[in-house]
Amino acid sequence: MSKNDVAILGAGMHPWGKWGRNFAEYGVFAIKAAMKDAGLEWKDVDFIVGGDTMRNGYPGYVAGATFAKAMGWTGVPIASCYAACATGAHAIEIARTRILAGMADVVVVAGADTTPKGFLAPNKGERTLDPDWLRFRLLGATNPTYFGLYAQRRMDLYGATEQDFAHIKVKNSKHGAANPNARYKKVFTEEEVLASPLVAAPLRLFEICATSDGGAAVVLTSMEFAKKHGVKNPVRVSAVSTVSPTFPNTTIDMPDFSTDSAAGIPVPDRSFKDSISYAAYQEAGVGPEDLDLAEVYDLSSALELDWYENIGLCKPGNAEKLLRDGDTTIGGRIPVNASGGLGCFGEAVPAQAIAQVCELTWQLRGQAGERQVHGAKVGITANQGLFGHGSSVLCTR
Amino acid sequence: MSKKRVPAMEGWLNMDESDPRLLGYLDESSGSYFFPKDVAISHAPGHADAEFKEVALSNRGKLWSYTTNHYKPPEPYVSPDPFEPYTVAAVELTEERMVILGQLADGVDPSTIEVGQDMELVFGTLYEDDENEYIVWKWRPVAA
Repeated sequence: MSKNDVAILGAGMHPWGKWGRNFAEYGVFAIKAAMKDAGLEWKDVDFIVGGDTMRNGYPGYVAGATFAKAMGWTGVPIASCYAACATGAHAIEIARTRILAGMADVVVVAGADTTPKGFLAPNKGERTLDPDWLRFRLLGATNPTYFGLYAQRRMDLYGATEQDFAHIKVKNSKHGAANPNARYKKVFTEEEVLASPLVAAPLRLFEICATSDGGAAVVLTSMEFAKKHGVKNPVRVSAVSTVSPTFPNTTIDMPDFSTDSAAGIPVPDRSFKDSISYAAYQEAGVGPEDLDLAEVYDLSSALELDWYENIGLCKPGNAEKLLRDGDTTIGGRIPVNASGGLGCFGEAVPAQAIAQVCELTWQLRGQAGERQVHGAKVGITANQGLFGHGSSVLCTR
Repeated sequence: MSKKRVPAMEGWLNMDESDPRLLGYLDESSGSYFFPKDVAISHAPGHADAEFKEVALSNRGKLWSYTTNHYKPPEPYVSPDPFEPYTVAAVELTEERMVILGQLADGVDPSTIEVGQDMELVFGTLYEDDENEYIVWKWRPVAA
């Protein structure tokens, strides 16, 4: 047991979909499920953290308060935070540090979103000082544009093929077919994926994650509280990484026009994406060789290959081999995205990184049903939020 | 009467058609370059007080990657009607060692380019209205 361990006593989700209801409903549904899973009452909660959503008006900016009110004000302190796609991990980090500081015993972390149809677009107005607005205006650089750049680079540098990218989608669709919370449960064939229209070449429609409605919550407690509550061997959060880049960051990231310049100051030992999981491994005192499974952010099918390398499953350029050998399929050496990943969920931004942790919780308890990774004891999540937000949660049991 | 060519973003381009350049910042204390100016405000660590000097960035680099968009992006992108696919290229400037995104120049077939090849900067039209052509920087392969 690491000195930074906190217990995950409860996990809950509202199924992903395009339900078109108030995001707070999904959050409350997930919180109730997580509370029931933990065997705790709302009055037991002494801190609440909400992951914010930018597309649901003011209640979305103060999600902690929105959820607290919807569950019934009890006077406990609340926090809300936003870190783009990394919001969930950052919310978990706020909860965990509060517990480790001895200032709370039982903390609820929740995130939920209701998303519009189509491309995620910038906020309205002539906003010429906002890079997120300018990249659409001057370049037409949508989010899939960046995914397309990464995918094409893998093809030219490492010999990745269109079949590899389709293979990822097929693999994850098989994993997610058995997940009751997944939005897309269809099992795809490679032919079907390759017949879908090009969006940002070489990536196709079925290889780019949709935007979804959904909600996820976890109940975190101190290890001592878990013991008193009668849970002798809970799943633990053993590390959380919310690192930011180190200058110069030389990989182009959404929503930027350019990278940092490496002309004056040498590049760091690790790229930003490599540094995200590295910090989690360092804190937990484990390495990629100890992993039983990983949940990574497959915003595109090709991006999953980048993550294999970024979380240390293989050396740069070897991800395609790992995939082709079946290592990352359930039953293989190190299954990736046993939940079905974003390919089966679509992204509900502030809920997604929490949903990754829900999956690890169920997997490490052996409760994942048909998608169970046999004997899983150590898992990691990895993700990156716009504007330099690292996100990785390492769970053990 | 021909339309007036104006930059799509004031202050980002040198508007010299014979030597097209992007205007960026140089922090001489750290040797680091920045683009675009004044938008994604950034500094090298320990150099947050550095005075920036406006410089014309070099216009040559190597293709880092590229992608062609086949769907019409949401606003504020000003799309031709009907929509036409366009390619976005990422080029690493050799001198400044930074990757800068730009659309691929008109008339360049994206199936003929590959990562690592030499690219150069040109001006091109992003969109036009009744009076003006709005100019941005674009990338094209260096002629062999």
